[in-house]
This record gives sequence, C-alpha cells and structure tokens, in this order.
Amino acid sequence: MTLSLSTWWFLVVGAVFSGYAILDGFDLGAGALHLFFKKEESRRIALNAIGPVWDGNEVWLVIGGGALFAGFPVVYATVFSAFYELFMLFLVMLIFRAISIEFRSKEAMLWWRKMWDIAYCVSSTLIALSLGLVLGNIIQGLPIDKNYEYRGTLLDFFNPYAILIAVTTLALFMMHGAIYLVMKTENRLYAKLTILVKNTTIFFVLMFALTTLVTLLFVPHMVSRYKETPYMFAVPLIAMLGVANITRSITRRRYRSAFLSSAGVTAILMLLVAVGLYPNIVLSTIDPSMNITVFNGSSSDKSLGIMLGFAIVGVPLVAAYTSFVFWTFRGKVQLDETSY
Amino acid sequence: MNTEFLSRIQFAFTVAFHYIYPPLSIGLGVVLVIMEGMYLRTGLPIYEQMTRFWIKIFALIFGIGVATGIVMEFEFGTNWAVYSRYVGDVFGSALAAEGIFAFALESGFLGILLFGWNRVSSRVHFFATLMVALGSMFSAIWIVVANSWQQTPAGFKIEGEGLKARAVITDFWAMVFNPSSVDRLSHVLIGSFLAGSFLVLSVNAYYLIRNKHVEIARAGFKIALVVATVASLMQLFTGHRSADGVAKNQPAKLAAFEGHFPASEVADMYIMGWVDVKKETVTGLKIPKGLSFLLYQDIQKPVIGLRAFKEEDRPHAVNFVFQTYHIMVAIGMSLIGLTLLASFLWWKGKLFEQKWLLQLFAWAVLLPQIANQVGWYSAEVGRQPWVVYGLLRTSHALSSALREEQIWFSLILFTFVYVLLFCLFLYLLNKKIKHGPEGHYEEEEEEAFSKRENPLLD
Ligand code: HDD
Ligand code: HEM
Ligand code: HEM
Repeated sequence: MTLSLSTWWFLVVGAVFSGYAILDGFDLGAGALHLFFKKEESRRIALNAIGPVWDGNEVWLVIGGGALFAGFPVVYATVFSAFYELFMLFLVMLIFRAISIEFRSKEAMLWWRKMWDIAYCVSSTLIALSLGLVLGNIIQGLPIDKNYEYRGTLLDFFNPYAILIAVTTLALFMMHGAIYLVMKTENRLYAKLTILVKNTTIFFVLMFALTTLVTLLFVPHMVSRYKETPYMFAVPLIAMLGVANITRSITRRRYRSAFLSSAGVTAILMLLVAVGLYPNIVLSTIDPSMNITVFNGSSSDKSLGIMLGFAIVGVPLVAAYTSFVFWTFRGKVQLDETSY
Repeated sequence: MNTEFLSRIQFAFTVAFHYIYPPLSIGLGVVLVIMEGMYLRTGLPIYEQMTRFWIKIFALIFGIGVATGIVMEFEFGTNWAVYSRYVGDVFGSALAAEGIFAFALESGFLGILLFGWNRVSSRVHFFATLMVALGSMFSAIWIVVANSWQQTPAGFKIEGEGLKARAVITDFWAMVFNPSSVDRLSHVLIGSFLAGSFLVLSVNAYYLIRNKHVEIARAGFKIALVVATVASLMQLFTGHRSADGVAKNQPAKLAAFEGHFPASEVADMYIMGWVDVKKETVTGLKIPKGLSFLLYQDIQKPVIGLRAFKEEDRPHAVNFVFQTYHIMVAIGMSLIGLTLLASFLWWKGKLFEQKWLLQLFAWAVLLPQIANQVGWYSAEVGRQPWVVYGLLRTSHALSSALREEQIWFSLILFTFVYVLLFCLFLYLLNKKIKHGPEGHYEEEEEEAFSKRENPLLD
C-alpha cells in the first residue's frame, strides 16, 4: 500500500497533536487538580513537578500549529477563523497559565499566591475543555461553504456532543495528570494523590463509556469506516485494553505502567478520530462535496516533501532532548532555591 | 472601522507587544553565554552570581515572550484566512521549521538552564545555556525568512485563480535566501544584541550610581559594553545593506522612507523633517543629493519616487513611515556615539568616574527598544498596501467570515490582558533588579511567606 504524501503529512500532524495531548495533557491535568492540594508545600511540589518541562511540552502545540499551517493551509485558515472567539479565549488562557506558574512564587503575600493558584487551575481547566470542544465539533463537522468559510454562529459550538467530548477530554487529562504527579511525590501528598488517581480514573472510565455509546448511536459517519474495513476494529479494541490496563496498574500501584497506558490511550483515541475522519479533515455539514480533505486541502507535493524531510530530521532531535530533560529531572520532586 | 482596519490594528498591537521580549531574550542569551563562559574559565564567584542573577531576569522575559508569541502563530489563521491559504505552501514551511528546529531547542533546554544548577555539572549547564541562546537565534532566522518572503517573494509560482489562487513553492532555497532575508536577518539579530546588552548596561549602571554590588556591576558592565560597541557599529552596516536592498526591491517603500515624491529625480537625504502628504513636500534638515550619493555613490543619479507609482500601489502613511524610519536611524547613530565614548573612557581607565555617563546608560536601555519597534513599523507599514509585496493586497487577505464585533471582542480582550501583563512584568523586573545579584532571593521570599499568618501552612 503506498500512501500519498499528503496522507503521510496527515499522519505527522496527527502524531504531533497526539504528542501535545500526551505531554501537555498531564500539565493541564495537574493544573486542573491544583486546588485539591491545600497546603503551600504541596502546591509548590505540584508546580515544580511540571516546572522544568511544561514549556517544552507546550511547544508541541506550536509545532502542531505550524505543521497544520504548512501542510493543510486550508484547514488551518478555515478552522481557526471559524472558532474565532473560542481560540482567542484559548490563547488568553494559555497566557494566564504560563504567567501564573511563572509569577506565583515571586511574592510572599498570601492573596497573591492564592490568586495565581486559582488562575492556574481555572486556565488549565478551560484549556482542556476548549481543546475537547474543538475536537467534538470537528468530529461532527462544521457548516463550511464552497469558499471554505464558516457559516455558523458561536453558539453552534456548544452542542451536547461537543460538550460531552470536552468533559471527557478534561477527565482524561485529570487522570493523566494525577498519575504523573503520584510518580513525582512522596509522603502525605503521595497518599492524597493515590486517592485522586482512583477518583479521576473512575471519572474518566465513566465518561469514556458514555462517549463511546453516544458516538455509536448518534455519529454514524465515525463508525462507517470501521464497518467498511473490519480489521480497523483493532483500534477501538486496543483503546479498551489500554483503559483496562490503567485501572489494573493503579490497583496494583504500578504507576509507571499506568502512566504509559494513559499516554497510549490518549494517542489511540486521537488515532480513532483520525481513522474515522480520513480522508476528510473538516466535514461540511452543508454539503459533503464541500468537505476539506487530505487531498483538496493540502499544500503541494513539493512543499510536503521538503517538510517531511524536516520532520524526519527534526522529530528525533526533539525526542532526544525532550528525553534528556525528562531524564535530568527524573525521580521525586525536591524543592531548592531555583524552584518556583 | 472595518474588519480590515481592526484586524490590522490587532495584528500590529499583538506583534509589537510580543516584540518587546524576543530581542531581549536573544540579546541576553548571548550575554549569558559570555558570562557563564567566563565563570567556567575563571571559576570566580562574581561570574557565578552574575550568571545566576541574569538567568532569573532571562526567565521572566522569556516567559512573557513565549506566552505572547503563541498568539501570533494562531492569528494568521483566525484573522488572515485568505492570506493563510494563499501563502501556506511557502510560508508554512518556515513556520513549521521554526517550531521544530528553534522553539523545541530553546524551550527544551530552558528547563535545565533554570532549574538545573544542582542537577547537572557546570559544563552541561553551560551547554544548556548555549542551546537556549542558539535556539532563540534560530527562531529569529525562520520568522524573519518568512516575513522577508512576504516583502520580496522568490522561489514560487502562482496556481489557481480568484479566492483559490495560491503561491506554490518551486525552489526552497530561493525562498529561504530571497533577496532581503540575509540583510534583514542580520539587522534584526544585531538589533536584538543591542537590546539585550543595553539592558545589562543599564542595570549595572544603576548599581554603580547607587554604589551597590560594585564589583559584579563593573565586570558585568564591561562584558555588555564589548557586545554593545561591536553590535552598534555593525548595525550601521547591516542597516545600510537593508536600505540598498529596499531601493532595489521595494522602491515605493524607500521613497516613503525619505519622503521622495518626484517620479525620477536626484534625491536628498533628511536628518529630520516633516512630510506634507497633500502638498507632497518635505520640510526639514537635509543633506542635498545625499540619498542619490548613498545609494549609487553618484550625486547625479535619479531615485524613483512615489509619483512613479499608481495611487493605489503606494504606501499612504508616508509621514508615519518617514518619522519611524528617521527615529531608528537617529537612535542607531546615538548608540554608536555612546558606546564609542564609553569604550574610549574605558581605554583611558576612566570609565566608571563619570556619573553623568552612567546616568545616560541607565536610561539608554529604552533606545534600542524604541529602534526595534519603529524599525518594524517602517518596514511593515512601508510595505502597504501589499501583504505579499506585489502579489496580494492587504484588503484581500482577510477572513471573510469575520465580523467586526468579533474583532472588537478580541482586541479589547488582548488590550486588557497585555496591559495587565506589562504592569506585572515591570513590577517584577523592578523588584528583581532592586534586590540585586547577591543573596538568595527565593529563600528569603519563602521565609517571608512562612512568617505570616497563613492558612496554607498548617
Ligand atoms: C527576531 C525574532 C522574532 C520575531 C520577529 C518574532 N519572534 Fe516570536 N519569538 C522569538 C523571536 C521572534 C523568540 C526569541 O524565539 C521567542 C521570544 C521569547 C521566547 O521564548 O522565544 C519567541 C516566542 C514565540 C513563540 C512561542 C514559542 C515557544 O512556545 O517557545 C511563538 C509561537 C512565536 N514567537 C511566533 C512568532 C510569530 C508568529 C511572529 C511574527 C509575526 C514572531 N514570533 C515574531
Ligand atoms: C515582531 C516584529 C514585528 C512588528 C513590530 C510588526 C509590525 C507590524 C505592523 C505595525 C503591522 C501593521 C501594518 C499596517 O497596519 O499598516 C504589521 C502587519 C503585518 N505583519 Fe508585521 N511586524 C512584525 C513582524 C512580522 C513578522 C515576523 C511577520 C511574518 C512572519 C509579520 C507579518 C505581518 C502581517 C501578516 C501583517 C498583517 C497584514 C498587514 O497589515 O500588512 N510581521 N506588522
Ligand atoms: C544605524 C542606522 C540604521 C539604518 C541605516 C537602518 C536601516 C534600516 C532599513 C533600511 C530597514 C528596512 C528594511 C526593510 O524594510 O527591508 C530597517 C528595519 C529595521 N531596523 Fe534598522 N537601521 C538602523 C538602525 C537600527 C537600530 C539601531 C535598530 C535596533 C536596535 C534597528 C532595528 C530595525 C528593525 C527591528 C527593523 C525591522 C526589520 C527589518 O525590516 O529588517 N535599526 N532598518
């Protein structure tokens, strides 16, 4: 089977966004859980658990945005202008998350620290929710006209299915973040986190089951690909197994394996969506002939070829120094004078 | 107020705000590499303290640079959808390269730079500093290449028509090395070195005036002065190269820089002046035939002026472009004067005896900052009415689904957030500077925190 260059690039973009969901997913999840920690030291440890890595993790979003712009300019332009207000709020929330991590420990006033704690928690939560909301709308399709311009309103985005996906995304990130934190902490905070891990996992499993059910019943186009090519059913099956392994590892307190599983589940869920959509990227709910696909929405083969070269050189490099940074800061968090 | 105008205001505002920080990050990166390199070679504690202090300032600046940069990347899609579809094939690859090769490098090693002192050896730490500095320069490379392509497009062909028309890449290296990218990149990088080194000069001058941290401040001042002197001299050279390039590739822009209206006549060069756009005249202090001489080394040669272009093909804010351009050049000249004077006094062994000079340096941090801003204004506004020079008009580049209320919403939102951000930035910067390079500020802060009545602690 030979894939077209644009299909390869579709996979690259998908892989980068999955990387983003896995990496920044745990930062966002940790942020969403932040106010559950009541003590100053716990909050500082939780912050410093993601301290050296969150910025590098966020870069995956930047790379994903660039890769989408470069490979599928039509999708980039259409989707971003369609979700205008939502993206603007999303950007402001990204700013708030960044500065609340940065500024929190720079002053000794209690109100100052509490204010940034709240800003951090709220912005992380809203970022996770809006990512889910966008995904939910992409899965269903958008009212796109023949010039690829969006013809709906802001309120259309807040439909029940998209909200469901948004909450599921938040649940996934919270679970993922809790598992990450439990690996980085000890003593009392660790004990508290083991409970949080359990609760968030239950939350996620419930949401996951509900989403699966609703998708099967109400979003037929996501299911048809699987019906056409039955071996593709392996993908949802692996997702189920992954979720099962998370719960299994958690009851046995094997958190590293739970973390790997929740990372794997995140990737598989993205793949699930990608397989369901392909070869479309943005479905037009006005008329299927106006769908933006991997073929009519992509850059020229020349450009895609050059960038595939970039990706082949660049991604291993990025992976190498990402691993180096994670390795440097391995083990439980220790606060010192350079910490937040 | 229409969507075009509002989108331009928003883009200009967000990018100009963003551009306060990158030049400082890039310039400080270079200074940090020198400082930490000195520490590695000499092992002297003053260099260690100096390095640690500037890393903290760097972290603050870098953090805001990152936070505001992401906005830009998405704004192309949200507000300039037609433009994004048009240029994606060419422009997108530079943006993608920036993410993969530059941002990932700097943000990855930033963790080690900031939190790694006690975890890695001093050599590995130095390596991380070097990588962060390099990464921030790489990011300048790709973004300036992309912007230069917009100014002087090359290595592409046009496919399709009307709303579906787009530029398709034919020669990647011709795109990267388009006629203006090398000149502009060197100009932007050196402008950044100036911004960074003048910040270091300013803070150290302030300490010396107050007689605080004297030993560290003197050593730091000297390091930054070397960088600043070399950079300010080179900036004249790269700026001149850019002006030559503009004369060749964007004659309408050059005519606007100098307010030169006659279609083809020998041109004067103004030191300062005022353009009356209606009457098409300039009044001010000028060097007769200066522009002809500078461009062609020949006072007889005519220079193409604005009247050679159709009304709809000329930049309109001529006075604005003229003023911003002349402010930049004037600042460039003052920086040369200032750094040469200081270097001369250093050579004479009297550098730190002149209080007025230190006072000047304490304020001079604003000069490169202003020059960087107005430099972009003249380059970008001078490019109008084109978003891609000669190919796509700004008025055709918008997202057509966008409504005015939407942009008002985001514009007000960003204004509010950025004003807040800027105040916080100045407050924290001031606090760090006041505290100075000696002693551990974080530990004191934690102690102060735990001494208060505090429900978070029990
Ligand atoms: C001269 C260099 C320069 C210029 C002209 C720009 N930037 Fe910038 N940008 C940088 C130099 C830089 C930097 C030095 O690399 C920053 C500043 C601080 C930092 O963390 O990285 C950065 C940060 C930064 C980030 C965040 C990266 C991260 O997460 O680490 C993004 C997405 C952008 N920029 C995008 C843009 C866009 C789309 C621009 C144009 C419209 C732009 N920048 C102008
Ligand atoms: C970071 C420093 C920069 C500053 C301060 C700056 C400044 C400006 C200003 C003032 C405008 C408004 C022009 C007008 O309204 O007439 C503008 C527009 C624009 N600039 Fe830049 N610019 C910068 C960098 C860039 C870069 C690096 C790019 C491309 C990668 C870019 C692309 C654009 C685009 C697409 C517009 C909108 C369309 C237009 O009005 O021309 N700018 N910029
Ligand atoms: C010394 C005299 C200077 C001259 C003759 C000069 C010349 C120029 C020219 C001709 C341009 C327009 C390039 C274009 O549109 O393609 C430009 C842009 C610019 N200048 Fe200068 N410049 C000088 C000093 C400075 C200084 C001191 C700084 C900052 C510290 C600076 C920062 C910038 C920036 C950021 C831009 C916009 C980016 C670009 O287009 O290259 N310039 N300069």
